[in-house]
Amino acid sequence: MTYAIIIIAALILGAAVAAMLSRNLIHSALLLVGAWAGIAAFYLWAGAEFVAFAQVLVYVGAVSMVVLFAVLLTRQGATSAPVEPDSYQRAIFGFITAGGVAGVLLGAILGTPLAVQATPTPASITVKEIGIQLMGPHAAALLIVGVILTVALLGAILIAAVDKPEDPAP
Amino acid sequence: MSPLQLCLVLSSLLFCVGLAGALSRSNTILVLLGIELMLNAANLNFIAFWCYGPHAATGTGVLFVLFAIAVAAAEAAVGLALVIAVHRHRKTVRLQDASTLKG
Amino acid sequence: MTLSVQHLWLIPALPLAAAAIGALTPRNGRTLAAGVAIGAMAGSFLLACLALAGALADPAAHHTFNFDWFDLGFGALRLGFLLDPLTAFMGVMVSFVSLLIFIFSTGYMKEDANYKQFFCFLSLFAAAMLGLVVANSLLLLFVCWELVGLASYLLIGFWFHKPSAAAAAKKAFITTRIGDLGFLLGLLWLQDTQGTLLFYDGGAGFLEPAALTSLSTLLPCGLAISSAIGLLIFCGAVGKSGQFPLHVWLPDAMEGPTPVSALIHAATMVAAGVFLIARVYPLMAADQALAAVPVHALTVVAFIGAITALLGALIACAQNDIKRILAFSTVSQLGYMMLALGVGSWVAAIFHLLTHAFFKALLFLGAGSVIHAAHHEQDIRALGGLSKKMKITYVTFAIGTMALVGVPLFFSGFWSKEAILHAAHGWEVSQLPFYAALLGVVLTAFYNTRLMAETFFGTPRSDGAGHAHENGPAMTIPLVILAAGAVLLSLVNLPTYPWLQARLLGLHEVHGHPLSEGAGLMGLSVVLVALGIGAGWALYGRSLRPNASAPDPLAARLPGLFAALAHRLGFDELYAATVGRLNAGLASLATFLDHFVWDGLIRLLAALGEFSGFVSRETDERTLNGGFDATSGRLRGAGQAYSRAQTGGAHGYLRTLALGFVLLLILAVLGGAR
Repeated sequence: MTYAIIIIAALILGAAVAAMLSRNLIHSALLLVGAWAGIAAFYLWAGAEFVAFAQVLVYVGAVSMVVLFAVLLTRQGATSAPVEPDSYQRAIFGFITAGGVAGVLLGAILGTPLAVQATPTPASITVKEIGIQLMGPHAAALLIVGVILTVALLGAILIAAVDKPEDPAP
Repeated sequence: MSPLQLCLVLSSLLFCVGLAGALSRSNTILVLLGIELMLNAANLNFIAFWCYGPHAATGTGVLFVLFAIAVAAAEAAVGLALVIAVHRHRKTVRLQDASTLKG
Repeated sequence: MTLSVQHLWLIPALPLAAAAIGALTPRNGRTLAAGVAIGAMAGSFLLACLALAGALADPAAHHTFNFDWFDLGFGALRLGFLLDPLTAFMGVMVSFVSLLIFIFSTGYMKEDANYKQFFCFLSLFAAAMLGLVVANSLLLLFVCWELVGLASYLLIGFWFHKPSAAAAAKKAFITTRIGDLGFLLGLLWLQDTQGTLLFYDGGAGFLEPAALTSLSTLLPCGLAISSAIGLLIFCGAVGKSGQFPLHVWLPDAMEGPTPVSALIHAATMVAAGVFLIARVYPLMAADQALAAVPVHALTVVAFIGAITALLGALIACAQNDIKRILAFSTVSQLGYMMLALGVGSWVAAIFHLLTHAFFKALLFLGAGSVIHAAHHEQDIRALGGLSKKMKITYVTFAIGTMALVGVPLFFSGFWSKEAILHAAHGWEVSQLPFYAALLGVVLTAFYNTRLMAETFFGTPRSDGAGHAHENGPAMTIPLVILAAGAVLLSLVNLPTYPWLQARLLGLHEVHGHPLSEGAGLMGLSVVLVALGIGAGWALYGRSLRPNASAPDPLAARLPGLFAALAHRLGFDELYAATVGRLNAGLASLATFLDHFVWDGLIRLLAALGEFSGFVSRETDERTLNGGFDATSGRLRGAGQAYSRAQTGGAHGYLRTLALGFVLLLILAVLGGAR
């Protein structure tokens, strides 16, 4: 049980670190797909199958496609787009900040006695129960999320759409 | 270390990887992807606490993650559309170049 | 030592792992990718042999290993693996033929820049196919079935820079998708009525008597439920196995590299349809006991098979591309297999499937060897005279041809075809398929004689063929092994000792019958084969074509028929005129609705919005503005002061946020500690 989570964690973190370090944007995007798939594996391991499938559908399937499209639409050269060297100063500040956050978080986690059960719940939640919860107590949130998604998608189309010819860009 | 702590350590490390990426890369797409990783790390926490917490039967953690995934998807779509729009007008995807709103 | 059913998943898992390793290998890791793929395939072959040993120890049993995949609340979706003689024989055949094709590919694809991707795709294909074979759940089978379709898309379109290859890949994918829609509907219907998609589940699977009885109830239209579901599933098999009327994709799929054609057309993908029907045979046959139904599912299968067998053989007579001739011959042979299934002898179908896999893989690899040697010349009119230059290819190709034609006694194709003819002759519903099959035998002999004569005899008729020479051992050794298989495989199911038949039917004892029992039929088919070869030799062998542009002797005698056959009886044009036209019509209707109906509505709404905006602006400017001007002056001043903090650098904001968070957390922890 513990070995599985360690393997999954190594997969996720390895893919994420490689993605954030890679010079090639396409490689970054593909490595992130790996990281997201690893997160889906984590959800499966924790017994949340439905979330795992949602993760695969939304991230591995949809968001990755949007990202790849964005990469392809914004690349400057004809061949693979090399990312220009980042500013080392900012990178160093970034790593120091992230390291600080990591240190504080790990200290807090390891220093807090967590009063919870030692083993995961054997009975995982079924799709039916999720459906009842969504339609019952969380119906308002579900509606709002639907509206947000619609608005966001319309907005995305509007922002990314090519300007009309009679409205020349400044 | 208990499994719960293991999950939390994983999620905080993932969060910091995303944060480091978002802070140090100059390509806007990569910054957005770093933020996506941070969101995912938060979701890991929800699932970890749902799985090991005392109220697993209600499934609130799972529902929260589902909503978070939906919102994150919306965020990614709008964010990437913005990147494309900025690129069309200014021919750049460097985040530090998009500073017209400077005071 | 045997492989138990719990470990059966290892057989597809090995090539899948090889595909994953291949995908992660850098582009120049050619040897690594090929080595891993071949090694994994060899491992799968050994495991499949161990599984076969396990299955033969107890041929009547269906060993299953089922598990819950996914809990849906109202019940779980279950998947599983199945080990019985049918699975085991298919597994051994698929892994063995694939292994030889992999080895052949190392020679054939040597100069290709995307060598490593090729082995990655091949491994994926083999993994999907082996997964399909070991599945104990129609759902798992369907998933692997679609994966096979995906891998074939990638492989047929492997040379995607050629527009014809890209189009062929699309055509193969979309045409098989039409059939798969039927398959999916059948699958859903089955899940709906039975609540399970497992084949065997200790009495609860849908191929077991309890379920079959409940599936035998009649629908309002008079069909039994089992026939309706069976025919829907058969749609999938029609698409995948290139049966009439969805056979059009198969010849175009020849645009892929030749080892792919061998893999897709011989051993695996097209065999998947036959295997599927053999696997669900109890379901297909469940309506046989009902007298009142208008049509039995198997009758449809038999007639489709007979039509396909005859049609494929006819069209093959007038093709000039060496691979297209073989493709149409595959269509025809698959028709024979479906015919055998339809007339109730699924064992004969599987026997023919196994022998066909060997001799057709041999023929395709032989054709690949010819094409590779002749500098990618595929037109048989431009080949010729290769018998002296490529001795090994010539001899093995001749063995493959004789097995395909059904030259008596020594070749496996003869015995398997004989079994099918025998079964078709004994079918009590109709004798028409039997006569179609007999005519197909003559035509098969005819077009193969033409193929041999044009390719190997006479003088070379192009530069490529003139400079041909024998290929290296990586290509010839698989040919020799397959040729040996094409001859020796007949030994497993001779009429006097039908070992394969007994094992497939789950019997321990082997009951043969003397050869004299089917002697009349056998004699008839020998005469027909001789007739076909004689006609082919008279037309093509006696007077060999002097150059590549000389007219075809058959075209000179029957120009109208030859032209129609050369255009494949116009099926492609027919589909373009009907299905394509309908699709275009629907699309223009949708455009019309979009442009005029919906657009008009939206414009109306926009006009309303504009009007209300106008009204609100008027009130704003006249009544509200004055008082706000003064306030906003102050606000502007304050805003300018604050805007110094807006550096415009998003990184800076984010960093400040993170550091603030650290500070807050430290404060909280310190506060908590106090």
